[in-house]
Amino acid sequence: MKHAKLGFFLGKKTIKLISLLVVVCFASFWIVEQSPIDPVRAYIGEMSIQSEQKAKLDEYWGVNTPVQEKFFNWAGKLLKGDFGVSLIYRVPVIDVIKEKFTASLILMACSWLISGVIGFVLGIIAGMKNGTWIDKAIKTYCYILTATPTFWLALLLLMVFSVYLGLFPLGFSVPIGVAAANVTLFDKFQHLILPALTLSLLGVAQIAMFTREKLIKVLLSDYVLFAKARGEKGLDLILRHGVRNVALPAITLQFLGFSELFGGAALVEQVFSYPGIGQATVAAGLRSDVPLLLGIVIFSAIFVFFGNLIADLIYEFIDPRLKQKEAML
Amino acid sequence: MGEKTEIYSGIRQKTEALLKIKDMSLSFIQYTSGLRQTELKVISGLSMEAHKGEILAVVGSSGSGKSLLAHAILGILPSNAKLEGKMEYCACTLTQEKKEELRGKELALIPQSTTYLDPLMRISDQVIGSVEEENEGLRKKLQRKIFRKYDLKPEVERMFPHELSGGMTRRVLVSTAVISSAKLIIADEPTPGLDDKTLKETLSYFRDMANNGCAVILITHDIEAALKISDKIAIFYAGTILEVANVEDFKNDGEYLRHPYTRALWNALPQNKFQAIKGHQPMQDEVTDGCIFYERCSKKSEFCSKGFPNLKRVNGGLVRCNNVS
Amino acid sequence: MSSAIAMGNKSLFQGLNLRQKTILIISFTSILLFAIVIISLFLAGNALPTNFESKNLAPSLEHPFGTDWMGRDMFVRTLEGLGLSIIIGAFASLISTVLTLILGLFSSLGKTADSFVSWLVDLFLSVPHLLLIILISIGMGGGTKGVIIGVALTHWPSLTRVVRAEIKQLKTQEYLHISKNLGNSKWWIATKHILPHLSPQILLGTILMFPHAILHEASVTFLGFGLSPHEPAIGIILSEAMGYLSAGYWWLAFFPGLSLLIVVLAFDMIGENFGKLMNPKMAHE
Repeated sequence: MKHAKLGFFLGKKTIKLISLLVVVCFASFWIVEQSPIDPVRAYIGEMSIQSEQKAKLDEYWGVNTPVQEKFFNWAGKLLKGDFGVSLIYRVPVIDVIKEKFTASLILMACSWLISGVIGFVLGIIAGMKNGTWIDKAIKTYCYILTATPTFWLALLLLMVFSVYLGLFPLGFSVPIGVAAANVTLFDKFQHLILPALTLSLLGVAQIAMFTREKLIKVLLSDYVLFAKARGEKGLDLILRHGVRNVALPAITLQFLGFSELFGGAALVEQVFSYPGIGQATVAAGLRSDVPLLLGIVIFSAIFVFFGNLIADLIYEFIDPRLKQKEAML
Repeated sequence: MGEKTEIYSGIRQKTEALLKIKDMSLSFIQYTSGLRQTELKVISGLSMEAHKGEILAVVGSSGSGKSLLAHAILGILPSNAKLEGKMEYCACTLTQEKKEELRGKELALIPQSTTYLDPLMRISDQVIGSVEEENEGLRKKLQRKIFRKYDLKPEVERMFPHELSGGMTRRVLVSTAVISSAKLIIADEPTPGLDDKTLKETLSYFRDMANNGCAVILITHDIEAALKISDKIAIFYAGTILEVANVEDFKNDGEYLRHPYTRALWNALPQNKFQAIKGHQPMQDEVTDGCIFYERCSKKSEFCSKGFPNLKRVNGGLVRCNNVS
Repeated sequence: MSSAIAMGNKSLFQGLNLRQKTILIISFTSILLFAIVIISLFLAGNALPTNFESKNLAPSLEHPFGTDWMGRDMFVRTLEGLGLSIIIGAFASLISTVLTLILGLFSSLGKTADSFVSWLVDLFLSVPHLLLIILISIGMGGGTKGVIIGVALTHWPSLTRVVRAEIKQLKTQEYLHISKNLGNSKWWIATKHILPHLSPQILLGTILMFPHAILHEASVTFLGFGLSPHEPAIGIILSEAMGYLSAGYWWLAFFPGLSLLIVVLAFDMIGENFGKLMNPKMAHE
């Protein structure tokens, strides 16, 4: 019974994902097609070449083929798993994405977890002490954070920790002059700290404010009133009823934040020269690497989709109230 | 104050008063649109007593602020509430600190609906409540015993509040009060939505509690249900108590009742004259100089429009009316 | 009990009630933002003098934000950049609000229209926001135009969601059914009954959209898309400053970024206080 429902749910979501991807592919291809970008110029870059070579490349990139044909060529290859070759990295797009996404995933996962935990705890404290100076301090901190440009905070941290204190290297996830194979885990870790710290500091704000508001609402609920009437109070009351009722929505919200996490990562990676998917996106955009850019759009859409999917799963299958509602329908 | 105590001493008094409320008033500070501040008076000049072994029913129409009376006694009012007047429990002044200390132990609330149960907590954990680990086993046994008594099946323990039926919810809510071994029990609207059999059952739980020496305050809009089991009936109207009558006073045409409103309520019942009373209760923000019942009263005199009469003792009951002696 | 009430008034603005305080905050921040825009418009006409004798100076009384490697006064550059940011933010918010209005009213016409709007919202939210702006800005041929269009076309989904929910709730109201039974057309109901109800929501939504639009514009510019290097945009100032960090010229990044933060914060404050005025329940907190 329960498995059947889960199967139905996942089936529905799979269809949704496929239809979403079709539309995203089509729309993003169309947008890029509007652009006056010449893919051949982008491929050639600074090199000088002869006009017959240029003509050959034009043919290879399909500069003179009609848009529909180009789209179906591209889409047909996509279906076979061929995302084309990146113009700037000169390797298959799928390889670039695999490598860069992995690097970014570590960064994003760290800051996602840290900001989630710290944000939740701060939100609980603020909500519990609603109206006191602690609450006001946490609220002010969050307001300021939401107004802070990500890249500016990254610059400040870079300035303080790398330039003045010299604690961390300036940029590059891999030390210059060291072959990638010789990079130690420690090196990687060291380059992860500042970007992860920046993203964590900023990520705290939203989840903390949400948790705070939710907790205040829970504390005004009938069931907390009744718990108080039964002599429960203080931290015990917060843990028994507050955290219990706030945790699920807060986790759900955190999963819904994948889209912003991606944007934040792009900015932070740019400042810290962290070779992740964000930096690749910026490079692809600035240097008109259309195949790579489209590939990233598709994969980031899948990434965001999975965040939403997990949020939906929590909502539909873990919260006992909704389980029951479904059953009654 | 001295005068009032004297008045109370005249009422039928088998036992000592467990809870005494004198001249309680309650108001809320509110912001209306555009952030203008106003004060809304919900309860004013309310006095009443609850005795051990007795059920006192506080009867009033829905939405007249009766629940707030319960919240005021337990000290769980929202922060923008302003509470004035005197409250005594076991002859000690009942301050906010005292209330916080006593609730859950000596004072218990039986709330009105399932929204008062934590939607994400299993029933047995809620009924047991927050206890130290070493007492948990004992409480668990007690909870099982109470569940058996109230005919709640063992599988109810593992359920969530939304899975309970109306009758089950009522019994679970009653269990929370029974397990606390409180001496003063305040039941807030325990009767709506119950079928006849469950209603009778629920009411019998309260009678049991009173018979075991508890003082029970039954807050309800259902005068019929109240009359079935209560010892005394307090008539709540527009934020105050107009009359406290003994249950025996409700008979025939209501000639033993003291206040015209109580008589009107009695006569409005289907088995009596089935006559509805005209008009409506004054709104909370309406200010009246005279008797709060003036507009609807059939016996008003000019004197009634000036000043609200004090509570006075008449025939073993209490009443706020100029026209009785 | 009364202590909780007294506390609310015992703050910075003693003697003022909450209403006066709220209006005061809104007026003060609005004046600040207007002043920035007007000053920046006056400054925009004159090219900034480059003065290589006074290059890379730390903040002083003469140059409160210091000078850059061309000897340009950073305070003036920052003011110009903020003015530009606010104008772009205003333009983008306006376009997004118009889109929200159109889509919101369109969604009120019927079930199919509503699912289409909901689908469109989901589609726009399915790709990371920053990436979407980059994509659109490239599609529009990049440059200042590309960034402005990218920012303007991507800020409507969340407000549209709110408006859609509001409309759904409004539609359950009795008087809309009556109006329908009286034979009024769907479009008539949408503009005469639904729109007036939505206007405060939409106004608040627009104000709250500002800071997002401004931050996104600055971010995309910082990444190198759009605005050309001689435009005094905050994003450009900061991306230039990145090259001088290791030289220790901290003021190049610190003050412009801080100023941007304050502008964004000012918009947030206007939005929040405006919301309080509209919805008194929020003030009880």
